Amino acid sequence: MSEQRQRTVAERMGPFGHRRHGPGMGIAADVQRAEDIPGVLRRIVRYLGHYRRTLVGVTLVVVLTSGLGLLTPYLTGLAIDKGIIAGNLSYLLRVVLLMIGAYVLADLGQWLQAVLMIHVAQGSLRDIRRDLFGRLQMLSLRFFDRHPHGEVMSRLTNDTETISSTLGDTVTRLIGSAISITGSLVAMLLLSWQLSLVVLVTLPLTFVITRFVAGKARRFYRDRQRDLGELNGIIEETVSGQRAVKVCRREATAIEEFDRANVALRGSGTAAGIYGGMMGPSMGLMRNLTFALLAGVGGWMVLQDWITIGVVAAFINYARNFSRPLNEIAMLYASVQSAIAGAERVFAIMDETPEIVDAPDAVPLTDVRGHVVFEDVNFGYDPDEPVLRDVSFEAAPGQTIALVGPTGAGKTTIINLLTRFYDIDSGRITVDGHDMRQLRTDDLRSALGIVLQDTFLFAGSVRDNIRYGRLDATDEEIEEAARLANAHAFITRLPESYETALSEAGGQLSEGQRQLMAIARAILADPAILILDEATSSVDSRTEAHIQEAMRRIMEGRTSFVIAHRLSTIRRADLILVIEHGQIVERGTHDELLDARGAYYTLYTTQSGGEVAA
Amino acid sequence: MQSTKRLIGFMAPYVVWALAAPALMALEVAMDLAQPRLLQKIVDVGIANQDVPLVLNTLAWMIGVAVVGAIGGIGCTVYATRAAQSFGTDVRAGLFRKVQQLSFADLARLETGRLVTRLTNDVDQVQEAAAMFLRILVRAPLLVVGSLIMAIITSPRLSLLIFGLSPLLITTFAVVMGRAQKLFVVVQDRLDRVNMTMLENLAGVRVIKAFVRSVHEVARFARVNEDYMRETVRASVLIATLMPIMMLLINLGTAGVLWWGGVLVRAGTVEVGQILAFINYLGQMLMSLMMVGMLMMRISRADASAGRILEVLETEPSVQDAPDAHELADAEGSIRFEDVTFSYDGDGGEPVLRGVSFEIKAGEAVAVIGATGAGKSTLVHLIPRFYDVTEGRVLLDGHDVRTLRQDDLRRLTATVLQDTVLFTGTIRDNIRYARPEADDERVEAASRVAQAHGFIDSLPQGYDTLVGQRGVNLSGGQKQRLAIARALICEPPILIMDDCTSAVDATTEAAIVEALSNWPGAHTRIVITHRVGSILGADRIIVLDHGTVAADGTHAELMASSEVYREIVASQLGIQEEAHV
Repeated sequence: MSEQRQRTVAERMGPFGHRRHGPGMGIAADVQRAEDIPGVLRRIVRYLGHYRRTLVGVTLVVVLTSGLGLLTPYLTGLAIDKGIIAGNLSYLLRVVLLMIGAYVLADLGQWLQAVLMIHVAQGSLRDIRRDLFGRLQMLSLRFFDRHPHGEVMSRLTNDTETISSTLGDTVTRLIGSAISITGSLVAMLLLSWQLSLVVLVTLPLTFVITRFVAGKARRFYRDRQRDLGELNGIIEETVSGQRAVKVCRREATAIEEFDRANVALRGSGTAAGIYGGMMGPSMGLMRNLTFALLAGVGGWMVLQDWITIGVVAAFINYARNFSRPLNEIAMLYASVQSAIAGAERVFAIMDETPEIVDAPDAVPLTDVRGHVVFEDVNFGYDPDEPVLRDVSFEAAPGQTIALVGPTGAGKTTIINLLTRFYDIDSGRITVDGHDMRQLRTDDLRSALGIVLQDTFLFAGSVRDNIRYGRLDATDEEIEEAARLANAHAFITRLPESYETALSEAGGQLSEGQRQLMAIARAILADPAILILDEATSSVDSRTEAHIQEAMRRIMEGRTSFVIAHRLSTIRRADLILVIEHGQIVERGTHDELLDARGAYYTLYTTQSGGEVAA
Repeated sequence: MQSTKRLIGFMAPYVVWALAAPALMALEVAMDLAQPRLLQKIVDVGIANQDVPLVLNTLAWMIGVAVVGAIGGIGCTVYATRAAQSFGTDVRAGLFRKVQQLSFADLARLETGRLVTRLTNDVDQVQEAAAMFLRILVRAPLLVVGSLIMAIITSPRLSLLIFGLSPLLITTFAVVMGRAQKLFVVVQDRLDRVNMTMLENLAGVRVIKAFVRSVHEVARFARVNEDYMRETVRASVLIATLMPIMMLLINLGTAGVLWWGGVLVRAGTVEVGQILAFINYLGQMLMSLMMVGMLMMRISRADASAGRILEVLETEPSVQDAPDAHELADAEGSIRFEDVTFSYDGDGGEPVLRGVSFEIKAGEAVAVIGATGAGKSTLVHLIPRFYDVTEGRVLLDGHDVRTLRQDDLRRLTATVLQDTVLFTGTIRDNIRYARPEADDERVEAASRVAQAHGFIDSLPQGYDTLVGQRGVNLSGGQKQRLAIARALICEPPILIMDDCTSAVDATTEAAIVEALSNWPGAHTRIVITHRVGSILGADRIIVLDHGTVAADGTHAELMASSEVYREIVASQLGIQEEAHV
C-alpha cells in the first residue's frame, strides 16, 4: 500500500476508500477537508515535538542553505561583469572559487536537511502508528462491530502515508521558500527595481492561471473520486463473492455492471487527468514568459546603460528562486489539506473512548472459584433493540451450564457479556460475588477460558498458536495440552509437526482441527471458568467425538458454559437454560425438561429425529 | 520492465494518441531549448551591436516560442491522459473478464482478496505510470539530449566540460538507483508485515481480548513498526543523497563554465552570451535528470504491479467449455460418478477422492456424510464443474459434464455453498440474484421453502430491507436461509446443499427438508450434512471416508451393515457417551 505515497490529493482514498460511503454517494472529495484544522495541526505538532532538537537543527540548516542559494546568482553576475567582460581572470578565479565553496556548503546542507527530516517524519509516523495500534487494543468490541476492517486498515496505511508524504517536508519547505522568496525579492530590488517590476507584473497572471486550472481540476477530481469509489465497490463485492457469482451464473451481468462504472471512470478520469496535468505546461509558460521579458527588457536596459549583462544573468536566477517556491507553496496547500484530513481520520480513532474501562477502584480478582450469577440482565447491541431481557441464573463453582435455543435467541450474547466484551444495560453480573464492573477486566478475562465459534489462528507455527493460551508455557506443556485436546495426533501428521507454519487465519487446517487447537489453547490457559461457544456446530461426528472427549476433560472441575446444537453434549449439564427471543423460557436438567414436555422437548425430538430417540 | 512491456498490447488501439503525446512534447522541448539561444542572441548581437529593434524583436520571438511551447505541453497532456486512461480502462476490463472465467481452483490459488488489489491498486499504478511515461519520461531524455546538442552548438569548446561531467553523473545515478531499488523491495516487505499484524489483530480481536494478550500484541506490533521505519529511513536517505550529489556535480560544472568561459572570452574565441546560454542548458539538464530519477522509482513500482496483473491475465482458466460443448436445455437429474479420482494439485498430487463410483437416480434425495476432510465438498463440487476430475467421469443424464456448457450445467444444478456471500442490495435482490426477472411471488415462494419468509416478513422493511456489506446485519442462520432461497429461485432440477445449514437450528432445518420435498423444482437433491435429522430425511446415504465411498444405502441398510455409519449416528444421538459412563 505504500504505492499510495506519491499520489496527489484527490487520489488518496486508496482501495478501501469507498467503504466509508457506499457507491454512488459522491462525497469523496469533500471528505478530504478537515473540520478542525487548528486542533489537528496542534496534535501533529505535538508528535513532531518529540523531535524538537532535530527540528531546530533542520531550521538552522535550511536558513543556511537558502541564504547560500541567494548568494550564488549574485556571484554569477559578478563573475560575468567584473571577471569575464572586464577580462580580469584573477578576479574571476576568486569569484569562481567562492562559488564552488558556496555550492559545496549548500548541497551539503540540503543533504543534511533531507536526512534529518526523514528521521523526524518517519519517527513521528511510527509514533502515530504505535498510538493508533495501542488505542485499537483498548477499544471495545462495539467499535469493531461498527467499523469494517478495511476502513480501519485504510487509516493505518493510507491516511498515515498521507501525513508522512506532506508534513515531513512541509515545514522545511515553508521555511526555505519564505527565505528564498523574500531574499530573492530583496536582491532583485537592490540590483534593479525596474527589472523587478517586470517579474512582479507576471505574478498576478500566474495566480490567475493557477487558480483557474486548479479549480477546474478539483471539480473533475471530485467526479473521478466518486466514480472510482463506485467502481472499486463493484470490484470488491463481485470478486470477493466470485464463487457465489459463478454459482448464480451472474458473470455476464457482473461484467455489464462493471463496464458501466469502468467507462464512467474513464470519462471523469480523463478530464481530471487533463486539467491536473495542465498545471505543468501552464507553469512552464509563465516561467518562459518571465525569462523572455527579463532577457528582452533586460537587454534593452543594458543598451540604455541602466544595468549590466551580469545583472541580467543574476536576475534570471533570482526570478527562478522567487517564482518556484511560490508555485511550491500553492501545490503544498492542496497536499497539506489532504494530510490534515488524513490526520484527522487517524486521530478520530485515537479519540474513540473505550466503552469498557476499569473502574478507578476496580478490585483485583484472584483465586477464582467460578461462582457466576446473572441478575435481571438486559442488553442490546443497539439500545433500541433489546437482545436479552431479564436474564437471571446462577452457576455454582464447577457446574456445567448449557445454553440451548434457536439461532439468534441470544446465546452468544450471554457469552459476550460474560467475557465483558460488552457492558450490560441494566441488571448485574457477578463473579465470586463481585459485580463484574468492579473487577479489573484483565483479571476477569484471565479467569476465563474461551473456545469461540470461529477459531482464529495467527500466522505463525502451530506451537506458537497453542502457546497463545499461556505465553510462558514450555514445549512439553504445549504438547501435553494438545494431547488432552486430542490435537496431538493430527499435529504430528502435519508436514513439520508443531513447527508447521500456518498462513493467515490457518487456512490449511480443517474447521474441526482448528477447534481442537482452540481447545488446546484453552487447556493451556487453565482457567477457572470455561466458555465453549457453539464449538461443535460445524464439525463432523467423528471429529466431534474427539472434541467432546477433550471437552469433558477440561470441563472437569471448572464452571463451564456451553453452547452447542448437539443435545448429547448438553445432557450432561447440571443446568440447561432454554433461550428464546432473548429470554430464558425453561430451565432445569435434561430429565426435568423432558418431563415438562415444553420447548426443550420439542427441540430434543426434532434434533434426534423423533423415533430414534424414543 | 519486462512485465510492463507485455502489457503494451493494450495500448494498441490508442497508438495515435500515444504517438501524438510525445510528438507534442517534442515541440514543447524544442521551444524550451530555443529560449537560451534567443537570450544569447540578445546579448551577443543585440547588446553588442547596440541594436534596440533586434532586442525587442527577439523578445517578441521569445514570447511566441513560449506560447507555442505551452500549446505543445497542453496538447501532450491531453493525448497522454486520454491514451493512459483508455489503456487503464481496458486493462481493468480485461482483468475483470478473466476473473469471471476463473474456476474455483484458480480463485483459491490467486486469492480473491489479492485479486481485488490487482484490479484496483495495481491497475491504477500501471495507468499512472503510462501517463507519466507518455508525458514526463519522454520529456526528460529529450531535454537532456536536446540540451546537450544545443550546448555543443552554442560552444563546442565549452561542451568538453560536459563530456567530462557526464560519466560521473551517469555512474552516480545508476549506482544509487540500483541500490535504492533493492531497498524499496525490503521496505515493501516490511510494510506488508505491518499490515498483516494489523489485519490479524482486527480479525482476531476476540481471541486477543479473551486471552488478555494486548500487551503481547502491542510489543509484536512495535517490532514490525520499528522495522518498517528503519527500512524506510534507509531507503529514503539513500534517495535523498542522490539529489545533492547530482546538484553538486552540475553546480561545479557551472562554476567551471564560468571560469573556462572567462579564459576563452579573453582569448576572443567565446562570447558572453554563449556562456549565459550554456549555463542555462546545464541547468535544464540537471532538472531533467532529477525528474528521470524520481520517475524511475514510480515506474519500477508500476512494473511490479504489471507483473501481478499479468499473472492473472495469463492464467488459463482450469475449467473451460470444450470447443464442441453441446447444449442441454433441461435435465432429468440423474448423476453418475464413474471411478472418479480427484486431486487439487492435478496428476501428481495427493488425491482427495479415490475411485469414487455411485449413481443418483433422478428425483432421489441423497445425503453425503463423513468426517471433515473426507472429501464431501470436493465430491459435490465436481458435478457443476467447479473443479474437473483428475481421472474418471462425472455424468449428468448420461452426458460427461465436461462435454456440456458450463452455463447450462450451472443453470440445471443450483449449489448452495458452505460460506454464504450476500451482496449489497435488498433481500429481494439477493434472493433473485440468479434470476433477476423473478417476480415477487416466486421470491416469496422460494423464501417460504427456505424458511426465510418468517424472519424477512418480521423485518420493518420486509423484502426491501437492505443487506449491508457481507450481510453483517443478519445472523449466520438467516444468511444461510437466504442463500438457500437464492438457489431455489431458479427451480433447478438438481439442488446441491454443501453443509449450508450449519448455523440453522435443528427445528428450522427439519422444516426446510420437509418443504423441499414438496417443492416442484429440485427433485434430485444432494445434501452434505452433519445432522441426523437431515440424514433421516434422505432416500439414500453415501458415507465418505478418506476419499472413498465407505457405505451407500438407506438408513435401515446402513444401520445393519455399516460400522462407520452406526458410529456417526450414535455420536449424534449421545448414545456413545452413555456407553462410556
